[in-house]
Amino acid sequence: MDGAALFVSLKLALLTSAMLLPLGIVLGRSLAQARARWKVLPEAMVALPLVMPPTVLGFYLMQAFSQDAPLGAFWQWLFGGSLNFSFSGILLASLVVNLPFAVQPVQRAFEAVPAHLREAAWCSGLSAWQTLWRIELPLVLPGIISSLALTFAHTLGEFGVILMVGGSIDGETRTLAISIYDRMQAFDESGAGIMSAMLLLVSFLTIGVVYGLAARQRWKRHV
Amino acid sequence: MTQPETARSEAVGPGTLLVNLTQPSPIPLAAEFRCGPGELLALVGPSGSGKTTLLRSIAGLYRPSGGSIRCGDELWYEAGGQCWSPQRRRVGMVFQDYALFPHLDARANIATALGHLPRDQRHQRAMSWLEMVHLEDFAHRYPHQLSGGQRQRVALARALAREPRVLLLDEPFSAVDQVTRRRLQRELALLRERLNIPIVMVTHDLNEASALADRICVLHGGRSLQQGAPSEIFRRPVSAEVARLIDRPNVFTATLVHGADGPRLAWGDWQLEVTEGLEGYAEGSRLAWYVPESDIILQRADRSSQHQDENQHEDENQHQDENRVRARIEQLVVLGGVSTITLALDHEHQTMRFDMATHTVRRSQLLRGQVVEVSLLATGIHIMGEASQDAIPPEEI
Repeated sequence: MDGAALFVSLKLALLTSAMLLPLGIVLGRSLAQARARWKVLPEAMVALPLVMPPTVLGFYLMQAFSQDAPLGAFWQWLFGGSLNFSFSGILLASLVVNLPFAVQPVQRAFEAVPAHLREAAWCSGLSAWQTLWRIELPLVLPGIISSLALTFAHTLGEFGVILMVGGSIDGETRTLAISIYDRMQAFDESGAGIMSAMLLLVSFLTIGVVYGLAARQRWKRHV
Repeated sequence: MTQPETARSEAVGPGTLLVNLTQPSPIPLAAEFRCGPGELLALVGPSGSGKTTLLRSIAGLYRPSGGSIRCGDELWYEAGGQCWSPQRRRVGMVFQDYALFPHLDARANIATALGHLPRDQRHQRAMSWLEMVHLEDFAHRYPHQLSGGQRQRVALARALAREPRVLLLDEPFSAVDQVTRRRLQRELALLRERLNIPIVMVTHDLNEASALADRICVLHGGRSLQQGAPSEIFRRPVSAEVARLIDRPNVFTATLVHGADGPRLAWGDWQLEVTEGLEGYAEGSRLAWYVPESDIILQRADRSSQHQDENQHEDENQHQDENRVRARIEQLVVLGGVSTITLALDHEHQTMRFDMATHTVRRSQLLRGQVVEVSLLATGIHIMGEASQDAIPPEEI
């Protein structure tokens, strides 16, 4: 059992989920309310990480993170460290990879809220913020929880991109998924087995939470 | 009603809603109407006539390109100028699908509109609104646990809870069954007595409009064609278009002639006497005219064979102003207690239609194909002006 890898994985998954939450809400809501002709490109951009091979995505991220590229150079200037082979680097990569998981469930949930409800809230005297807070967010809560759970679980399991960008530095970039791979390379089947079982359990719990909440919320979703 | 009928129909006092909206596209609008406090104005027209767009414009949910909306001394909207937000306008709106918040129970739905009250008073006030609409036992039910009629009442209570300056109702009775509709309409009629704000209701149901509204505004293609009390509109539609929109048949054209007894309408073999409206037209003018169903009187059918010529006055009991015409029963449709009779006239491609009690039809032994005589009351004949060629064909509606 690789305790350091478990810690890196959990830290990465929690930070990714937390940082993508506001972004997912803002992007999901804008895309849900945007006119069809304006949202084709942004929607495609958000969905791109879903269809791109992880190694390809990892390759481009590595290129962008390098100190010769504007992003990498900027990071270097800002924090004095490299993005490649660092925890910051895999966190940034993880944010990109998980964008569709964070945005899409929230977008679908916002799309399901009838426009009339917002108008009714305005006519009832609620400001735009009050409408978001008291009417829209409670109604899209199942979507937000789905997005959190999917992002969390997917980050725990992400392999290709993390390996490309972060390598396998103990306590810094070696996540549970990479550790399993390393153990298999070292013929340590029992170690890989324990960690695999753990990831399986986490995945199962995540899906349970998503479906459980969806079922619990469904009774409220009649409009 | 607290105010006398006359005062309400022409009220331009404080709190009157004045709407004047124009827009060439995407939804053409050219509507002008007003609604005084305590008055219920029905916007009536076929679907796509811009009714809902006008209502949404008043609420501040839609911004047309031209015109203005004024409520009392507040200017809510002026093209190119200010446009108040829906929150600031303080309107109560009942949406067609009610738009209740599904995650809030009935009481919380109403409390949402009570933001103007201190927090600790909201729940109590929401309860009193629920009592007002007889739903005090349903305070903790969620919208999906309520029937259609109950939802509508929660929506109405929520709209009124804001103490709005204007109440807007978008087809408020369209989503409930017939029995519930009648009950809700009665409740609205009762509730109105306590409301001293303008009420604008959108409906395509003419019976509903004439039963509930003080005034009706007939719309077509975003244009307001006529406004007035329901009885006025039904008796005196300003044009053939309005008559068709309010489902009033019996619009014909005839030629003005000057006879010995003054101006008459030459219509086929007959010269019709008209009490008023013929002044100011030149001899030979083609005039569009309308006669309400209530002013068509079926004479006994067995007399028809004795008919000789125009404007018979053979029956002493009949008044001087009767205009007897002869026609053939083309269609006789029995719909329960009421039968609709369609008459064909030799000289006229339009048919004449009116309703009669079915028992009268049976007693008079009316049959299809039979030739009958009807009197058109001279006081009822309404001249709508020169007949235009571009009048919309009936199929369009």
